[in-house]
Amino acid sequence: MSDAAPVRSHINVRTEAPATRLALILVAVVFLALFLLAPLGVVFTQTLQKGFGAFAKALQDDDAISAIELTLLVAAIAVPVNLVFGLAASWSIAKFSFPGKSLLITLIDLPFSVSPVVSGLVYVLVFGAQGVFGDWLGAHDIEIIFAVPGIVLATIFVTFPFIARELIPLMQEQGTVEEEAALTLGASGFHTFVAVTLPNIKWGLLYGLLLCNARAMGEFGAVSVVSGHIRGLTNTIPLQVEILYNEYNSVAAFALAALLASLALVTLGLKTLLEWRHGDALTGRARRRQ
Amino acid sequence: MSDQVNMERTGAGAGTLGVKKPWSFTAPSVLPGFSLTFGYTLVYLSLIVLFPLSVLVWRASSLGFGGLYAIATEPRVAAALRTTFSISLAAAAIDVVFGLIVAWVLTRYEFPGRRFLDAVVDLPFALPTAVAGISLASLYAPNGLFGAPLAALGVKVAFTRGGILVALIFVGLPFIVRTVQPIIGELEVELEEASATLGATRAQTVWRVLLPPLAPALLTGFALAFARAVGEYGSVIFIAGNIAYVSEIAPLLIVVKLEQYDYAGATGIATIMLAISFGALLAINLIQAWSRRRFGHV
Amino acid sequence: MNGATATLSRDALAAANDSAHGFGIRIEGVEQDFGSYPALRDVSLDIAPGELVALLGPSGSGKTTLLRVIAGLNTPDRGAVYFGEDNATNLSVQERRVGFVFQNYALFKHMTVADNIAFGLKARPRASRPSRVEIYDRVTKLLELVQLEGLGERYPAQLSGGQRQRVALARALAIEPRVLLLDEPFGALDARVRKDLRRWLREIHKKTGLTTVFVTHDQDEAMELADRVVVLNQGRVEQVGAPGELYDNPASPFVISFVGEAVALPVTVVDGHVEFGGRKLHVDTHGLRDGAARVFFRPADIAIGGQGEGDLEGRVESLRRTAGGVRATIAIDGYDQTLEIDSALSSGAKLGGRIPLSFSNARIFPSDPITDSDFTEAGEGI
Repeated sequence: MSDAAPVRSHINVRTEAPATRLALILVAVVFLALFLLAPLGVVFTQTLQKGFGAFAKALQDDDAISAIELTLLVAAIAVPVNLVFGLAASWSIAKFSFPGKSLLITLIDLPFSVSPVVSGLVYVLVFGAQGVFGDWLGAHDIEIIFAVPGIVLATIFVTFPFIARELIPLMQEQGTVEEEAALTLGASGFHTFVAVTLPNIKWGLLYGLLLCNARAMGEFGAVSVVSGHIRGLTNTIPLQVEILYNEYNSVAAFALAALLASLALVTLGLKTLLEWRHGDALTGRARRRQ
Repeated sequence: MSDQVNMERTGAGAGTLGVKKPWSFTAPSVLPGFSLTFGYTLVYLSLIVLFPLSVLVWRASSLGFGGLYAIATEPRVAAALRTTFSISLAAAAIDVVFGLIVAWVLTRYEFPGRRFLDAVVDLPFALPTAVAGISLASLYAPNGLFGAPLAALGVKVAFTRGGILVALIFVGLPFIVRTVQPIIGELEVELEEASATLGATRAQTVWRVLLPPLAPALLTGFALAFARAVGEYGSVIFIAGNIAYVSEIAPLLIVVKLEQYDYAGATGIATIMLAISFGALLAINLIQAWSRRRFGHV
Repeated sequence: MNGATATLSRDALAAANDSAHGFGIRIEGVEQDFGSYPALRDVSLDIAPGELVALLGPSGSGKTTLLRVIAGLNTPDRGAVYFGEDNATNLSVQERRVGFVFQNYALFKHMTVADNIAFGLKARPRASRPSRVEIYDRVTKLLELVQLEGLGERYPAQLSGGQRQRVALARALAIEPRVLLLDEPFGALDARVRKDLRRWLREIHKKTGLTTVFVTHDQDEAMELADRVVVLNQGRVEQVGAPGELYDNPASPFVISFVGEAVALPVTVVDGHVEFGGRKLHVDTHGLRDGAARVFFRPADIAIGGQGEGDLEGRVESLRRTAGGVRATIAIDGYDQTLEIDSALSSGAKLGGRIPLSFSNARIFPSDPITDSDFTEAGEGI
């Protein structure tokens, strides 16, 4: 009803010019493709270069199978153990107040700031032949370093923060109100935990489990130091990958690598799904992660 | 009687009824399980973390500062430390520049494949270091997908310090992107509008209004990436060449010394690296505290 | 802020008046849709130079959208905006030189107060940028004007809400804007601070003489501050007028119920008189056709009792003493809401008893099924 002509639309004050945007997007995409996607792609092209048959055969090699079994064993021990720790730590930290909390949290974060090699080193210093318990262990014929127990210990060290770090901010954010309500209704502590707390944290817990497992199966540096590299006995998948690669057996090396890479992709995929569907259930986590 | 108990519970002053509230480690709570879970946590941490680390510290202290200094100045060790720190710094710096661009683009623009790329950023977190290591080595080897064209240009990456740089760039990127992304996402729209009403061009707005609040997060990301790069092992050793004095990183030297049963040497290097890591962590916390005080946000 | 009026130095005053304050704002036929949602429908407005105008309305009324259109932050689909004689419609935000104060201040947290205020000046291209000394001078004078002397080196995080708002204002004034626009400037502050700042805003306006438009949903604020109030509802201008006008001569059902309280009585116009509940009301039909209508009057204009028949009857549901008499809660026959009415002790109201009521200053509007539903929403109040 007005005679005024339609208005020429202005440049949006909230974003850059289209050309700038395009340029930035290109830079970002190219950078990511070169530095992140290419290495991922190489894993699969390298292992399939002699065809799928060669890839499958490599996975059926005895040493490969031992490596897979050992990796699964280590993860099967480390992850549940760390799960219990994660639940206990986050329960005590998030639902109660006591002095020294930030110190405790810093301690839990410790493995993230320590080089994997150093993580392995400290266990050698404790359990190695010249370590603190070296003589005692030797006398009782117990092998930790250069044997499976050492690998398990080192893996536990490196992966224990994951679950706790996911759960602590999440549970802190959720507070204690629901648990207190359950208690007033007569529920026991354990029942409260199972019926009230767990469902609230289930997605964060799942996420932490995924990360913990991925790291447990993929850990290299720490395990390499404590392992002894004995084929068929003390080699996890990453260690076996190293041996095969150094022998120029790239198909086999990348075959095992492809297994781990697929695990990584599954982890990433599930993580994305979780964040997408249940992003709000994961907040409190902030996106600070190491 | 119950009043007395209640007042004890709520800590309502000593002397109201002559009852003194006993000091307790944790604030009273109806939730059960504190002693159990807290105790377990402490025991676990002590066994898995504190005890082994204290052994390291004890071994290191028996070396004394003099001993540490001697180890640090051994030519091969010094070279490895120099290599590690300088390339880690460079990689973290490069990651800051590109990480900022990636974070900006992922947070503020819409384009096909954005979600996919956003997930890909986490790849260095999720991919085992050995896998990354052999992939990068393969990629940049003289006959590799990138190595071949680069070689034609006369640039050698694999088995040189350049290879280390590439690997550390890979490893550090998510630290920058994930740290700075939420801050970018929280930038108030009104800031840009205010800047425009005051007459600033888009470039001025970005440079003077939008980027400065990102500085603390970028610094934090830099420190995180740096700390991670310094300790990185698996991604680097395949592509590095590992030539002593040239492309040998400190973590590898630790392994070498262990194989030679030079526990003291290994401990020395590890201690130095730990000190740097803690320094970086401390710096991060200080940056964040300062930023919160000054600007009211992280 | 101690609430006392500070005496401004002549310099501060002169600096403030240096800005060109002679720009009126003319808005012609502005329309804006967000998708299929019409935010502004054919809005036209004329604001005289130096006026202090309030845009008042409930949320969703389009008042903030209109303000942003004036600023250039929103581009209308149709219509024009003039500053004085200049057609600003196609100018970008940067080019319009409007001072905009945001609801949550939008201060640059990483800059000091002084740097915030100086931002617009420093952002100018070399050619038109004042020298450092000049900028420093101006910032100092503006700090005096907003009574924040000596706080130039502080950071926003170290200031109170009221102080931050004043910094935001000083920053907007620094660029010597043609007009000053404020978006719910006191919404984020607590009641006491708000009162002080309202008074203070009026003083600033007097001293700078700038044409000022502010958005509010608080009618007290609009009535207290503005020379004229623009009442908006669902994207349309319902009425423009001085505060007194809106109280005394409301132009529509929405205005009468949004600005102040009102009772809306559903009545029927029959044969030239107004009927309610079978009785004839002493209300002029003002030429309305026969049919459904609504009669509006304010609770303050209701009197209890009186000899003989009043216009309405009601039952006293509760009764309590007040300093001056009694306050009765009355359920009126045929009307679904109870009313609180103050009256003298002698009015004869008894708990549970029936009493007659009469009212004055009533207005009558035809019933319109469409706008009636608008009206009931607005009548809910904020």
